[in-house]
Amino acid sequence: MKTKHLRLMQRAYVVLFFAFMYLPIAYMIVFSFNQSKGYSLFTGFTLKWYASLFSNASILRALWVSLEVALISAVIATVLGTAAALGIASMGRKSQLIVTNITYIPVVNPEIITGISLMLLFVAYQKFAVGASWLPDTIMGLPTLLIAHIAFNVPYVIFNVSPKLRQMDIHLYEAALDLGCDPRQAFFKVILPEISPAILSAFLICLTYSIDDFMISYFNCGTVETLPIAIYSMTRKKVSPEIYALSTIMFMVILSIILVSNAMESRRYRLNQKATREDA
Amino acid sequence: MKIYDKKLAYPYFVWMALFTVIPLLIVVYYALTDGEGNFTLDNLLAISGYGSVFARSLLLALIATVICLILAFPVGYFLSRLRVNKQHIMLMLVMLPMWMNFLLRTYAWMGLLSVNGPVNAVLGFFNLGPFNMLNTSGAVVLGMVYNYLPYMILPLYTSMTKIDPSLVEAAQDLGANTTKTLFRVLIPMSVPGICTGITMVFVPAVSTFVISRMLGGGSNLLIGDLIEMQFLGNSYNLNTGSAMSLVLMIIVLVCMSFTSSFDENEMEGVS
Repeated sequence: MKTKHLRLMQRAYVVLFFAFMYLPIAYMIVFSFNQSKGYSLFTGFTLKWYASLFSNASILRALWVSLEVALISAVIATVLGTAAALGIASMGRKSQLIVTNITYIPVVNPEIITGISLMLLFVAYQKFAVGASWLPDTIMGLPTLLIAHIAFNVPYVIFNVSPKLRQMDIHLYEAALDLGCDPRQAFFKVILPEISPAILSAFLICLTYSIDDFMISYFNCGTVETLPIAIYSMTRKKVSPEIYALSTIMFMVILSIILVSNAMESRRYRLNQKATREDA
Repeated sequence: MKIYDKKLAYPYFVWMALFTVIPLLIVVYYALTDGEGNFTLDNLLAISGYGSVFARSLLLALIATVICLILAFPVGYFLSRLRVNKQHIMLMLVMLPMWMNFLLRTYAWMGLLSVNGPVNAVLGFFNLGPFNMLNTSGAVVLGMVYNYLPYMILPLYTSMTKIDPSLVEAAQDLGANTTKTLFRVLIPMSVPGICTGITMVFVPAVSTFVISRMLGGGSNLLIGDLIEMQFLGNSYNLNTGSAMSLVLMIIVLVCMSFTSSFDENEMEGVS
């Protein structure tokens, strides 16, 4: 009897918890269709905020910048980080420890510190570049954004790929060499396929972090606006349901990506199950 | 056996030196010099004038961390006791709001909490309010809790999945009531998750400036606001800003070494 009581309370608690987590999202979805700009009264259904969002040139430009920066920085970070993970794996224990600890710095440091420290570096560079005429002295903008994004993404690549390298069976590589591969071939035919899932997931992590980042971009973007920065400058002005419309679209895109990938996953799972059953 | 070449990591070493180590050294340099580049401690001493802001940041972040821990503990436990395929769906549901840009989520709270917003409308239905909830320190704490709650749930969930259910049953069989099971079995065994969760909530909460600006109005300045103003705002002063950043870094380091030492002690006790 007592456990039944407890279970009921548990249920209620979880429901309340999810209500709390989804309240702002539900609110934004509902009020993105609201006729008036008010906060509390739903005065009628409209799609005009969506229409004005799509004619908002600064938002569309910011979206494009975000995608561009995310893609380029994720590619570079993945290559740099994977090479680093391979190199680190062949180093001695002590130097591995030192490198790992320094790599941890951008992960554990508050984002605002990473942001301002890079900004100070770029400011110092600009002071230096004024004196040296052969250097470009206006780098604030896309170049600094890219450097900043690569800088906070590389550690995630290393921490994703390194464990996979440690788990890998080294005998496979030796077998490939024994069977006549040269080290290059052995790398591309044995090691790379083995670690490619980790590389891919690292790449996806970089993409999502990069698209979502506000803090670090904020200090290093110059006059260029990424989507989060455009959103921030919108929120500084008066409340506009355009932002709700944007949120609703983003939520729907994310939801459908997750649902599709989940459906594919469970489909593959079921097919596997079926295959093993038929084998038996 | 070394199958890869050490040289592969060299480009990264250069990168790391240029964009991780040197920037932090520049922060230290700016913090300890004046505008002309002469050594001074004035920047650090000037921070004492902002003592109330630092105290407020620490206090609000601490409150938010404690609330997150209390709210997240039952959720983490509940998730870890579900069947595995259900766990995945529920975890996805926990994570889903995190995929929305946090500026947008915080912005929604601005609308929800406003004087003529939905929360006050519901309260008004019960003849309560309207309350001025926006631009208070309570709203800042709410924003922190809402944004960082999943960071607490995930590590708690991870360490709770490692707790054998039979341990809980054994405790109950041996006569421990619910409270006793909680404090003698569940909490001690979740310490690694608790420690990770605390740092993952406390660090971003103590250094935020967006939440305080959007939900706290102008009257609830935090360390993050101060730093932002020194670098991009009205009171442009890279030296003072760097000194504040240095102090913030030290606060974070102290917090992390505290939780990690606690973690290790507990682990020794267990093994």
